[in-house]
Amino acid sequence: MSSPKGGPAGGGAPKTATTFGEDTVAEARELISRYPQSRSALLPLLHLVQSVEGYVSQEGMTFCAEQLGLSEAEVAAVATFYTMYKRRPCGEHLVSVCTNTLCAAMGGDAIYKRLQQHLGSESAPLGHEDVAGTPGESGSVMLEHAECLAACDLAPVLQVNYEYFDNQTEDSAVELVDALRRGDKPHPTRGAPLSDFKTVERRLAGLLPEDDDEFWTDVDGPSQAVETMRGAQLAADRNWTAPAAPADVPLPEVEAK
Amino acid sequence: MSTSEKAPLTPVLTKRWLSPQSWRLETYEKLEGYTAMRKALSAAPEQVIQMVKDAGLRGRGGAGFPAGVKWGFMPKDEEKPHYLVINADEGEPGTCKDIPLMMADPHALIEGCIIAAYAMRSHHCFIYVRGEALHPMRRLHAAVREAKQAGYLGHDILGSGFDLEMTVHAGAGAYICGEETALLDSLEGRRGQPRLKPPFPAASGLYAAPTTVNNVETIATVPSIINGGSDWFRAMGSEKSPGPKIYSVSGHVERPGQYEAPLGTTLRELLEMCGGMKDGIPLKFWTPGGSSTPLFTADHLDVALDFEGAAEAGSMLGTTAVQVFNETVSVPWAVMKWTQFYEHESCGKCTPCREGTFWLAQVLERMVDGRGSEEDIDTLLDVCDNIGGRSFCALGDAAVSPIQSGIKYFRDEFLALCESNRPARAAGTVASPEPVPGSDSQAAQPVGAQA
Repeated sequence: MSSPKGGPAGGGAPKTATTFGEDTVAEARELISRYPQSRSALLPLLHLVQSVEGYVSQEGMTFCAEQLGLSEAEVAAVATFYTMYKRRPCGEHLVSVCTNTLCAAMGGDAIYKRLQQHLGSESAPLGHEDVAGTPGESGSVMLEHAECLAACDLAPVLQVNYEYFDNQTEDSAVELVDALRRGDKPHPTRGAPLSDFKTVERRLAGLLPEDDDEFWTDVDGPSQAVETMRGAQLAADRNWTAPAAPADVPLPEVEAK
Repeated sequence: MSTSEKAPLTPVLTKRWLSPQSWRLETYEKLEGYTAMRKALSAAPEQVIQMVKDAGLRGRGGAGFPAGVKWGFMPKDEEKPHYLVINADEGEPGTCKDIPLMMADPHALIEGCIIAAYAMRSHHCFIYVRGEALHPMRRLHAAVREAKQAGYLGHDILGSGFDLEMTVHAGAGAYICGEETALLDSLEGRRGQPRLKPPFPAASGLYAAPTTVNNVETIATVPSIINGGSDWFRAMGSEKSPGPKIYSVSGHVERPGQYEAPLGTTLRELLEMCGGMKDGIPLKFWTPGGSSTPLFTADHLDVALDFEGAAEAGSMLGTTAVQVFNETVSVPWAVMKWTQFYEHESCGKCTPCREGTFWLAQVLERMVDGRGSEEDIDTLLDVCDNIGGRSFCALGDAAVSPIQSGIKYFRDEFLALCESNRPARAAGTVASPEPVPGSDSQAAQPVGAQA
């Protein structure tokens, strides 16, 4: 077990101060204040450090440890458990292709394979969590295969920075990553206007846009897919409804114990 | 309305989904939103619990435990804070109902949370949202903000004296966090690993305080019960499985989607609404409620999809994630893919699941690759026996479901994969299972190696 040397209590600036400045510290404190016990803020803080660096570095883990009074080992144990914490620098964008059974059967495996070859080459396909381009530079893309993304009625699906691109084909996926590589930001089928991995990690930490317009533009991004509403639409078309609810139903009387 | 006496679809949760900006407070309030909350806050908490018990609402997250009974386990005193935790970690393969629900109608969940928290004397509610569910999370944050501004959250809600704080919390990619005690560990900032039960969360949950964990769909159903009453709710579904349920139909059907129907609806009925099998290619196998529920076949078209019906037919209702596969899909391949998923998502805490899923995946990969033998089928079943019922949590049981049911209904397909490896054995060579690349044979001993 190693513990951080020279934390805030040791006097002077913490050793992570160059990467994670005062703003990040203030944000970390705000996140911590949302929980009855500070350690609950560890997952949000790991998202936060990822929003600064584009991955969870050793320094990022040290920062979390400092903020929460945990050992680095305690933080590392958590950071390495969850797949969304990247241990190597992510690209500007993260492309996650669902290759769980149903998506795979509907074409997800083929999409993933095609993207591996397209972003890498036929002889050297891009691997899981490898980056095409240079992390930190515009148009860089990390590719990963993902487990079920809970959009099975829209299979095969992929996500870019966790925004949904539904009903994909090999060709549409290639077009999508080509656009990302060019620096374009195609609009997701369901989700907010595309930003980048770091921005989205701020949202996951629990930090929403401060600007009201931006906040609502993101929130109001599309979600009403045809598939999502199919049952409701069919019921409306056929005039099928749940039984009419009676008015003013009293709550049952219970004896006070 | 006579036409809706036996309507095949009964939109309750999904009835607002067609409205423009259905996620906004303004829309929700035009459509009865937050009326149930007012009603509940004017009654005693026990009355609310009794109403949910009378309605027979069963958990929509897969297990089907009666929600009102679960709420009743919470202590009456408030020696320690009480917590309500919403399980929005939707990740069971095939399951895709909570994410559209949170996107389309987040206020229904928030209102349900307020009612449930009031009933259980909880003043802090956490919504644990799967990290990959970014857009639903945004909608929840917005809904919480709107509800706070309207005075529905925070201090002294509508002058009732009831306080409730709500925190939307993002996960970070771990299927196991859908298991309620693993979720609590994760919410405490730890690795998401399940806890030993008992104690159950109602006695010792989040921060060792009384806690109830409920699924999104379960809680979003509560406002309609408070308004409509238990008789109305029970007019849908069956006696032991009352109410409407969102069936998520995916895969090889013409019109996949979310279909909210009374519990007990059959696949035959669902397929009719979905326009039948895609391109007319016949059905081969399907899951009634996600990959953790044993497979069904074309022989199960008329099984009533409620908790009892699915169980009697040898599976489970699960999350009513109906994944439909046609004749073009290989069962051993599908089973291998699901097994790889469980291997990846096994949290590593207990040996049967951690080691077992690892070896199951390798045996299945070998079979699908055409390098398997008939004995592999026995090995698979034997390893399954050593995982099912012997692992720490339900993930282990789930992992063996596709394998056991796949072999039960489609043994021939597994055998056919081994066909090419027969002549060698017929010629008298002693069959020794091919060594798995990179394996340590010693490590295989603890699970199912005695075969």
